[in-house]
Parts: sequence; C-alpha cells; structure tokens
Amino acid sequence: MRALLRTCGELSITGGLVMLLFCGYLLWGTSSYTEWYQRILKKQLRETTRLSKLDKLDVGDAVGLIRIPRLGRDYEYAILEGVTAEDLRRGPGHYPGTAMPGKIGNFVLSGHRTTYAAPFNRIDELRLGDDVIVEAPEARYTYRVSGKEVVEPTDVDVIAPVPSHPGRRPAQAMITLTTCHPEYSARQRLIVFGVLSGKRERRMS
Amino acid sequence: MYGWIWRVIPGGMGVKLVTVLLLAGLAGVVLWYVVFPLLEPHVPVDRVTVGQ
Repeated sequence: MRALLRTCGELSITGGLVMLLFCGYLLWGTSSYTEWYQRILKKQLRETTRLSKLDKLDVGDAVGLIRIPRLGRDYEYAILEGVTAEDLRRGPGHYPGTAMPGKIGNFVLSGHRTTYAAPFNRIDELRLGDDVIVEAPEARYTYRVSGKEVVEPTDVDVIAPVPSHPGRRPAQAMITLTTCHPEYSARQRLIVFGVLSGKRERRMS
Repeated sequence: MYGWIWRVIPGGMGVKLVTVLLLAGLAGVVLWYVVFPLLEPHVPVDRVTVGQ
C-alpha cells in the first residue's frame, strides 16, 4: 500500500515537472524554429529581384518585411504567404486571396501572440496614428493604425476587402493584423486596422 | 519508482549519480524535441486566424 502511494506521488511530481517543461517549450522552444526560418525568408527577400513578381506568389514564399517602430527599432519580421498552422510557425502570414501590400483592398496578416517568437505579442500597444511599415520588393508602404477591435474567432468580416463591410467595393488600401486574445487563449481575436498613408518606390538599380 | 531506479543502476555513488543525470537529460531531450512538437498542435493556446 505504502509503495503504491509513493509511486503515485512520484508519478504526479514527474507529471508536474513535465508540464512545466512543456510550458517552457511553448514559450521559448517554439521560438527557435521561427527564428531559424525567419533567416531563410529574409535571405529569400534579399535575393528577390527588384522586379515585382508579387502576383505569382506561392504559399510559403516571402512577401515582405513588417516593421512597427512603436514596438522597437529592431522590430522586424519577414511575412510569408499562407496562414496554415505550419506557415504561421515560420512567421506572420498573409491570407492568400486578400490584397497584396499597398494595393486597394485589405492586406491581412496573422501572427502568433505567445508562441513561435510571438511576432504579434504587443500589437495591443499600438495606438491610433502609429506607423506599420511593410517593405515589399517593389516599394515601402506605410500604413497608419486606424482602429483596434476584439472579435469572435468566427468573425470573418474583419478580413473583408472593406473591413466589417463584406461585399462593399474597396476604395482604399488597408492593412489588418489578427492575433489571439487574450494572451495564451484561443477564445477571441485581437484585430488592428490601418490605412495606407505613404508609398516610396524602390530605386531600380 | 525512483528508489527502485536508484537501486537498479549499477556502480558506486559517483557512477550512479552520473548515470541518473544522463538518464534525466535524455528524457528531457526526447520530450523537448520529439514529444512536445507532436503535442503542440493540439494545445489551443495561440490560435490567431479568423474563420469558420
């Protein structure tokens, strides 16, 4: 009896330690994969010819870089095409079928909040008017944050060409960032909207 | 369980200690690189997309 109780206790303690280690894995272990893959995507972007081939992007290809000065001077992630679980492990993903950077419509990005390097961990700190910069191969686009919202996971209207107005024809270029809310949860989604405010062509050399 | 493992491992105190540390390290590595990556997709901690 005593031996049985002791074994139960030991197994419980072991289980607890394994769960702690798993939390550590979620927070830090997953990031190393993302960091490794981000280097590959950034290399791919450097090698992309300046001539835009944006219309022919395949899932998994690098789309551009995202910079958010409010979140730090070295805040920079490579965006890739696709939003499957596997794509998002590699960095913020662009919803296939939504507008490309700088184009009329809605350029929609999703990124992890707590795991896999957590690129969108702090987008709740963005304020109205903050810049969100997207460096595409052909130009640098600056979007200005225009709104923030917490929605249900099923609310697909936020990624419509005109956010929250599905079916309406877009007249301006928007950006939409989506991530989970609250942190460590899958209950809701945090959405940040922005409107294109500037564009600088890259000089062809 | 742990008492039994300790008794089963051969050698003196020093050897036992090294073996135990190696075993624990091995268990940790298997969990971190094999078990956790398989488990992670099924834990709903960080769902970020919208959709039906």
